[in-house]
Amino acid sequence: MTDREKKAGVRKSFLERNRESGGYLLKRRSRDIVVSICRAILLFGMCFLILQPIFNKISVSFMTEEDLYNPVVIAIPEHFTTENYKLAAELMSYSKALVNSTIISLTIAALQVSVCLLVGYGFARFRFPFKKFWFACIILVILIPPQTIASSLHLHFRFFDFLGLVRLFNHGETLNLRGVVLPYYLMSAGCMGLKNGLYIYMIRQFFRNIPEDMEEAAYVDGCGMMKTFTRIMLPQAKPVITSCFLFAFVWQWTDGFYSKMFLGNTKLVSTGIARIVDSLQAYIQRITGTLTTISVAYSNCILATGTLMIIMPLIILYLFAQKQFVESISATGIKM
Amino acid sequence: MKRFKSKYTGLQRRKAKAGYLFILPFIIGFLAFMVKPFFQSLYMSFCNVELTAGSFTPIWQGLTNYIYCFRVDPEFNRLLVEEISRMMVYSVAILIFSFFVALILNQEFKGRALVRAIFFLPVILSSGVIIGLDSNNQLMANLANTIESSTQGISITDGLETILRTAGVGTRAFETVFDLIDNIYDVAVASGIQIIIFLTGLQTIPSAMYEAAEIEGCTKWESLWKITFPMISSLLLVNWIYTVIDFSMRSDNQVIEKIQTVMIDQLNYGAASAMSWVYFVLILAFVGVTSLIINKGVYYYD
Repeated sequence: MTDREKKAGVRKSFLERNRESGGYLLKRRSRDIVVSICRAILLFGMCFLILQPIFNKISVSFMTEEDLYNPVVIAIPEHFTTENYKLAAELMSYSKALVNSTIISLTIAALQVSVCLLVGYGFARFRFPFKKFWFACIILVILIPPQTIASSLHLHFRFFDFLGLVRLFNHGETLNLRGVVLPYYLMSAGCMGLKNGLYIYMIRQFFRNIPEDMEEAAYVDGCGMMKTFTRIMLPQAKPVITSCFLFAFVWQWTDGFYSKMFLGNTKLVSTGIARIVDSLQAYIQRITGTLTTISVAYSNCILATGTLMIIMPLIILYLFAQKQFVESISATGIKM
Repeated sequence: MKRFKSKYTGLQRRKAKAGYLFILPFIIGFLAFMVKPFFQSLYMSFCNVELTAGSFTPIWQGLTNYIYCFRVDPEFNRLLVEEISRMMVYSVAILIFSFFVALILNQEFKGRALVRAIFFLPVILSSGVIIGLDSNNQLMANLANTIESSTQGISITDGLETILRTAGVGTRAFETVFDLIDNIYDVAVASGIQIIIFLTGLQTIPSAMYEAAEIEGCTKWESLWKITFPMISSLLLVNWIYTVIDFSMRSDNQVIEKIQTVMIDQLNYGAASAMSWVYFVLILAFVGVTSLIINKGVYYYD
């Protein structure tokens, strides 16, 4: 068979080839098409399911109060307005809360990730006595819901006293650290922040997958332990650092529990959104001067607008860093 | 002590010290912010905590708080049972859903990157306070009702529900499934991380296995159960634990809301601690028992 004939053979029409294969080709091709159509429908449905609430919120946020009660208006508002955004921004004191949240989330995330990196590296690379015990403690930290110890932590910081030192210098009084930012930074520095056990676990998994040769070479060349860590290991750990940082940032941004407990007096977006309906009520009352109940529809409209406003920065972040979010978890190769 | 010295000598000993230095932040944090509050909270659950201006004094009461939780408080029992049964059903549903989605997302098709991006969006959307706001958004429910009534209740799911209900077989089980299907959004939104973990597992399965199976005449369905499922069964355990823990700490969890009200609004620290301990022990027992059962079925390739 010459080359030419071979090429002609490849170009044989589909039906001809089908006949040669005894109908197998057609069967297979049609099955593939049916499968891909079913998959497309299913995926479209599920994507719509996830995105629909966001679309819904966007459309509701531009509606006036009349539109909410108008049964004809479903998706596109008849009276287009941006009043809802202005009101929600005022109720949450948005610009101030945004700045506060950004600062706190960034610093907390940076602190948590850097401490977790140290601990994760220590667990991945060094052999020391009672290592299993301490690792079990980490698992315990992942498992214990912070709510279990909430009540006593609450008191711990309400009457803060470190080894009796505070009482000594503060005329026998303990410090009230509730509503101050400091305790949360202390806890983050001690790996006890939001989901920190999980970050340690992820980082440890990541470091365990890196071959040890480079470090050994560094040790042989006379590089110290800390220097090896910062010069050799950290540059390699970029994917896991980015991902942990992003998770820490996002989870801190939306966190209600720790924010409510420790940062009660600081205006944050997460606490602002949780209170928005109450503030709306107070606001209306202040304007009209009478005690009125606001309609469910209207308060939910403001709630939707507020939610949209607090997740917007996160969605923008996600658009740019989507790859890091997704691929980094794969990079850690979580396994039991 | 002698064994310790003989085991860790020279460089090893230095490395052991360095190791301790590296994990020192965790040890300090654990002792200061976990161990102490942990035992204090346990102790407080047996006490009546009285707040005075400068300090708080726990007064030993024995089991009074626990009796209060179960026998006096009108809501706690009901909330506990409801939450835990909801957690079981939803965790199973989340696992099945995320496994299924991971299988689909692992295939080659056009626009895969976009679909993946959308499916992982819930990692952001389902975190913290937002999930609680979403789930009791009545406007959405109103909207759904309006749409339903304007289309005069013609929907496939409704039709199916009535047919299956009138069939009268296993009504309770069907009710649970209907409930899940009606709340499929909650399931989808809670399964972002689980999908990523399953997807990672799927990508580590060597394709040679599937090829060999196909040559031997194995159908896709068979290779799903004989290759894919055993190979990622260890991740099933990870995901199960993660799902249960995640679900038990969600901010729209009613037991946790109850604990917070008792603690912050009623200032009843003793009862709040007792409630959270009951809840924690139940969750821990649940995770432990189910993980042991799943672990029996896990296949370890290495």
